[in-house]
Parts: sequence; structure tokens; C-alpha cells
Amino acid sequence: MQVKEYKPLIVAFCCNWCSYAGADLAGNNRLSYPADVKIIRVPCSCRVNPMFILRAFQRGADGVIICGCHPGDCHYTSGNYYTRRRMAALFSMLDFLGIEKERTRVEWVSAAEGAKFAATMNEFAETVASLGENKRLEDLRCKR
Amino acid sequence: MQRVGVFVCWCGSNIAGTVDVAAVAEALKNEPGVVFSTDYQYMCSQAGQDIIKNAIAEHNLTGIVVCSCSPRMHEATFRKTAAAAGLNPYMVEIANIREQCSWVHKDMLTGTEKAIILGKAAVAKVNLNTPLTPGESPVTKRALVIGGGIAGIQTALDIADAGFPVDIVEKQPTIGGKMAQLDKTFPTLDCAACILTPKMVDVAQNEKIRIFSYSEVEEVGGFVGNFDVKIKKKARFVKEDICTGCGACVEKCPMKKNPNEFNLGMDNRPAIYIPFAQAVPKVATIDPNACNMLKNGKCGLCARICAAGAIDYTQKDEIIEEKYGAIVVATGFNPISMEKFDEFAYNQSKDVITSLEFERLTNAAGPSAGKLIRPSDGKHPHTIVFVQCVGSRCDACAEKGKEYCSKICCMYTAKHAMLTRDKYPDTEVYVFYIDVRTPGKNFDEFYRRAVEEFGVKYIKGMVGKVTPEGDKLKVQASDLLSNKQLHIDADLVVLAAAIEPDKSARPLATMLTASMDTNDFFTEAHPKLRPVESPTAGVFLSGACQGPKDIPETVSQAGAAASKVIGLLAKDKLTGNPCIASSNELMCNGCSSCERVCPYGAITYVDKEFRMPDRTTKIRRVASVNPAVCQGCGACTVACPSGAMDLKGFANSQIIAEVDAICK
Repeated sequence: MQVKEYKPLIVAFCCNWCSYAGADLAGNNRLSYPADVKIIRVPCSCRVNPMFILRAFQRGADGVIICGCHPGDCHYTSGNYYTRRRMAALFSMLDFLGIEKERTRVEWVSAAEGAKFAATMNEFAETVASLGENKRLEDLRCKR
Repeated sequence: MQRVGVFVCWCGSNIAGTVDVAAVAEALKNEPGVVFSTDYQYMCSQAGQDIIKNAIAEHNLTGIVVCSCSPRMHEATFRKTAAAAGLNPYMVEIANIREQCSWVHKDMLTGTEKAIILGKAAVAKVNLNTPLTPGESPVTKRALVIGGGIAGIQTALDIADAGFPVDIVEKQPTIGGKMAQLDKTFPTLDCAACILTPKMVDVAQNEKIRIFSYSEVEEVGGFVGNFDVKIKKKARFVKEDICTGCGACVEKCPMKKNPNEFNLGMDNRPAIYIPFAQAVPKVATIDPNACNMLKNGKCGLCARICAAGAIDYTQKDEIIEEKYGAIVVATGFNPISMEKFDEFAYNQSKDVITSLEFERLTNAAGPSAGKLIRPSDGKHPHTIVFVQCVGSRCDACAEKGKEYCSKICCMYTAKHAMLTRDKYPDTEVYVFYIDVRTPGKNFDEFYRRAVEEFGVKYIKGMVGKVTPEGDKLKVQASDLLSNKQLHIDADLVVLAAAIEPDKSARPLATMLTASMDTNDFFTEAHPKLRPVESPTAGVFLSGACQGPKDIPETVSQAGAAASKVIGLLAKDKLTGNPCIASSNELMCNGCSSCERVCPYGAITYVDKEFRMPDRTTKIRRVASVNPAVCQGCGACTVACPSGAMDLKGFANSQIIAEVDAICK
């Protein structure tokens, strides 16, 4: 039987002010991380609607990570606090639905932490890969 | 349906080296809405921009996707290009295939694959873009400078010179900062006071500049062009406008034994004091923790002596509210605490001092009136050991030191060593160093003079331990070049302590929502191209709050920050960010969820009349967003249970389209 090489698909939501800039810095410093990570820019981590995450899992994402400014450093003063509370609730519900907690994460990455961004993505991609494909929430009607 | 044009940039070999740009352009041709797709070496160049402009005209494009570097780099450039060709600038989307693709992936196949997916996501998004028009807001033509050191002083003078009013907030009783404490300045050996104090006087006499000394910023609200700032003017128990600075009270005050902060605690000052002779404003301040009258209600001598009647024991902290168009951070630096460096016996011996303390010891206005003495017994030191990089460039000791180079220590140590040998040729001077770093105009020449002309003994190696023994300090060190252990009996040990940002910087950054690096230095909007701007619009950086720097660098950065402020204040109106929240009134049920999460108070509720299907009218309470106040974070869009609230430019549908394009 031929086994197709499994590559996880990871959607990363990055806030424009800290983490997206951190990802840019990782690029500037040529710090590599898996190409499985695809970044979507949002103004603030608090812009990430739980709907986006559900949608990503329905469409076959294997992991979703949300990166924002460190607590206290939010460009919009308090957006990341909302993210922290909303995502804590959402992730535990997703866990209940069978999307393991390891597939979802909130991480604080500042604009100066290019190395942290790359390290986080490497580590997260490895964790997600070890869990294998996400089948639990995948909506077959969404399959193209 | 949109008519989308895709433009894939090579960025020389930066993108084309790891991404097959032609394949990306080809693959995106088949995406919905795409009517034109091409690639070019440098899209940001004039020729590249012309390709975009021509394509917009030729193919009637309604939206464009540029696959290039980060939008943080060239989004503004391509928006301008689109606008020049008559397209709404917000119909431009960038696929970041450099920083987030070609630079982080080594393999051509994966790089190309990912670039295509990122391109598809951008195309999916631009298909749902709508033309946006930014609102305008007025500019308050007044600047705030936080910190009254040489950085703040220079920035304020330059802004005032252009005709704009400036306020300086300084937490100490006087402006002047660290430079006022210095004796001489490298590499010219100018006397610091001689070049600083005229500037301080200029500030005091400038009609456009107000000084809030002994004050701190308490709260910052608003946004670029319209900051609302609350400044706490601490009670100094002396009426500033009446005090003449004669100093009679200082002389007569009976509570004389309080550590003098200006001399780093090396001598004492009375409870009522003027930090130094050239202080600006030259006004006395009462230290409430030392004054017997304020503590116990007994004394009152200064009030009786003051001929002007300036003493007011009942004075309270005062809050001043002011509007500003721009804010400059110039909070400066401090030497790190030597508490944790036990090996140098800083806590055990008075004769182990920091370089800033040495500076005070050699200053004519210092505790020893400029005579170089041992703080312990007042004798002249014959052997002096300077230790460089104390807490700088620490890897292993990151707990107690800093990883970065403090930049100024090599030069000031060379200065101290040279001046000591010049004034006291009988003194033996050793300098222990890891590297001598002297990259600056006339810096290396200066250091070489210290070695060659003044005979300062430079030894490559670190000092391992300093032990006080009798009236000597035993210095154990290694000489790395001759691979020998050295034992020196020193009379005075001077530690070149690392410098760190002032402690007030971190809470200030939170108030300003300006970002900081891991060492609490403020980060600049771009390390090379926007070095004096903070990523937060309207906040500018001046001096050592952004990173260690010497006086010439600080002054040039201060001038640069001032020119940016002037450029901002010269505008009558600012165009805002059109990517703000808006509520669909038909869907809104007035639940107040959005109002509760808005950090700016931009959401209010209005009663609106709606026509019902049966032709009756009904009044409903619906959310309304104030476009001048909304900053576009999107917190409300997620809080809204009915999905009525959406963010322009980052709409729910747009982000979902991106997710869909990425997840196949």
C-alpha cells in the first residue's frame, strides 16, 4: 500500500502590529519554518472570529494558531485580552468536539521576536504533524 | 465581478531565487476574476509601477494583487500607484511571498507552491474588496516631549524653532538629564555643562516651550493628531512662579542628611533642595520624605526665611489635561544596578564605584569639587582599575546583565583613563576589556591617544574578582593575550556598568500602545527607513529610549524626531484609516455587546426609524460607529452575536475567503 507523505496544513492568524511584523523579522533573518504554515493578516488578534477557526477546520486545516501582541502591549490596548478569553472558551469546546487542544493555540509574539516566531511555528507544526490529519470536523461537502 | 490584475515581483533574486515567479503568475491566471497576470524584476521600481498603471488602464482592472514583499514594506507604495491610475487605493492586496515565503523556505518547489496559495488567498480577498475613503481629522498643533534630557531638549528646541508649541514633561525637578551629571564629553573633551546649560536656558526662555518639571505622564488617550494626555504635576511644596531660586532655604534647612540623587548618593543634600546650580527651572523642591514640617508638622524654617513667600506646605499633586498632535518619547537610560555583581565587591567597598559616580567625582561641581579621591578615606588613588562590559554583552549571566553592547562604555572609559593620566600623571591606570569598540568619528584616534600618548594600560581580559583587603582592593584578572593571571593592588575600581532603558519606559509604552523589544527599548517603525518613528502613529522616539547611544547620535536622532513631528503638525488635516468597523443597521438588535468591548468608546446607540413590511414604522435602538474614534481593531465584530458588525478592509467574508483559499 502506498502511503502519501502527510503534510499538515496550518493556518496562522497574525496581528498586524506585533506578530505579523515578527513573522517578517523571521523572514528578514532567514529563520526557516515549515511551508505548511500559511499566515493571514488581521488588524488585531481580537479580530479573529471563532467562525474563521471553525471554517478552517471544516475545510481541512490540521491546526490553527493565533498570534498577537504580548499581554499589556496590544496596539489597541486590550484586544489580546479578548482573544485570550474567547479562545480559551472556544478551544475547550473544540476539544470536546474532538479537535485536540494541541491543534489550537494562542501565542504572544512581539515585533522584535522573529526567532520566537520561527521556533513557535516549527514546534507547533511538529506537534500538529504528530497528531495526524484532522478528520473530526472536516466537512466533506467543502471538499473540492 | 471584479477584474483583477496579478503582479508577481522577483525582487531580484530575493523572491525569484526560491519561487518560480513565472509559474506563480501562470497559476493565478485561472483564479476567479483574474484577467491579467504578469511578473517583473522589481515591481516597486518606476518601471514596475508603470506596468501596474498601464495594466489598470488597458484591462480596466478593478482590483490588483501584488505578490511581493511584506505589506508593511510596500503596501503604501502600491496603493499610491493604484491611486495614480485612478483605482481606489484600497482595492490593492499584497501577497507576502518574500518575508513569509521565499526567505524562510529553501526549496523551490515548496516555495512556489506556497507562493501560489498565498496569491490565491489574496485574489480571493481582493474579489470582495470595496472601495474605501478615509475620513479626515484635525491636528492639534502642539507637541509633547516626554523626558527632559539632551534628547528631549534638542527635540523641543527644534520643534519650537519651526513655530509649534511644545511641552516638556520631566520627572526630576530639573531638566538636563544624564548629560548634566557628566564632566567632559568624548571625543572632543568639551565640558558637558558648558555645552548643555546654554541649551537648557534656551528651553527656559523659549516662548513656545513649557516645562513641566517634577511631573509625570499619567494617562494617554486619543490618537495621532489628537492625543489627550493627563500630566501629574507632583507637589514640590514650592510655588514655581514665585520662587527666585536664591537658595536661602537650602542653606538654612536643618534636615541636611539626605542622599543627594544628583551626586548618586555620594554626598548629602537638605530636605529642600535645588539639584544643581544651573537647574532649569531654578526652583527649590521639598522632599516630602525628608522634611520635618511635612512629616511631623514641626519646623517651617524655610517658609519663614523665604523672602518671596514661595513655600507652600499644603500644595497637592495637580493633574493637567492637554491635547497634543504628536508625542516624542525621550525617556533615556540608567546604568543597571550593581547589586547582583558581588564579584566586584560593589556593595562591600566604597572604593568600587560606577563610571557615572566617577564622572561626579571628577566634576568640579561634584561631591569632591572635582578632586579625584577615594570615597572611603578621601585619599588620592594611585592605582585605578577600570573594568569594562560590566553587565554588557552577557550571555551566561543574562539573569543579572544584558545581552547587548552598551555602546558608550569603551569611549567614556578611554576618556576617564585619559583625563586621569592627564591630571594626575603619577596614577597608574589599567583598563580591562573584552573588545575595544570605537566606531565613530574621531573615536579610534581618541582611544589610541589614551594608549599611546597618555600611557593607559589596556589589558584584554575580564576581571574575575575584586577583594577589599586593608585599604587596598585586590583585583584578580586574566590577561588573555599573554595568558597570565594578574593580581593588582588597586586604590579605586571603576565599573563600566551596562545601561538600560529608564524604568518609567515600560508603563509609558503601555499607555502609548507603543511597542518595545525584549530589553524594554522602544522599537522603531522600521529599523533602517523609519528609525525615529514608533509603529504607533504620532509617537516618535528620541535618544537612548530606543537603544544605547552617545550624545552626538542622540542629538541627531532628536533633530530627526523633531523634523518628523514638524511634518505632522504642519498638516491641517490627517487622513485616517478607512479600515474601521461599521454596523449593518438592519441586522443590529441593539444588544450593546459591541459597545462593551470597544477600547475607544467609539460605539454609541441611536434610535432609528425602520419601515416594517406592513408599512408601519418602528423605532429601534441600533449601534453607530464614530469613524473618527474607531481605530479598526475589530473586537466588536467578534462580540456581535447577530453578525451585524463588520470591519471594512478585513470583512468576515474576506477573511473566510482567505481561509477557504488556503485550505484546499
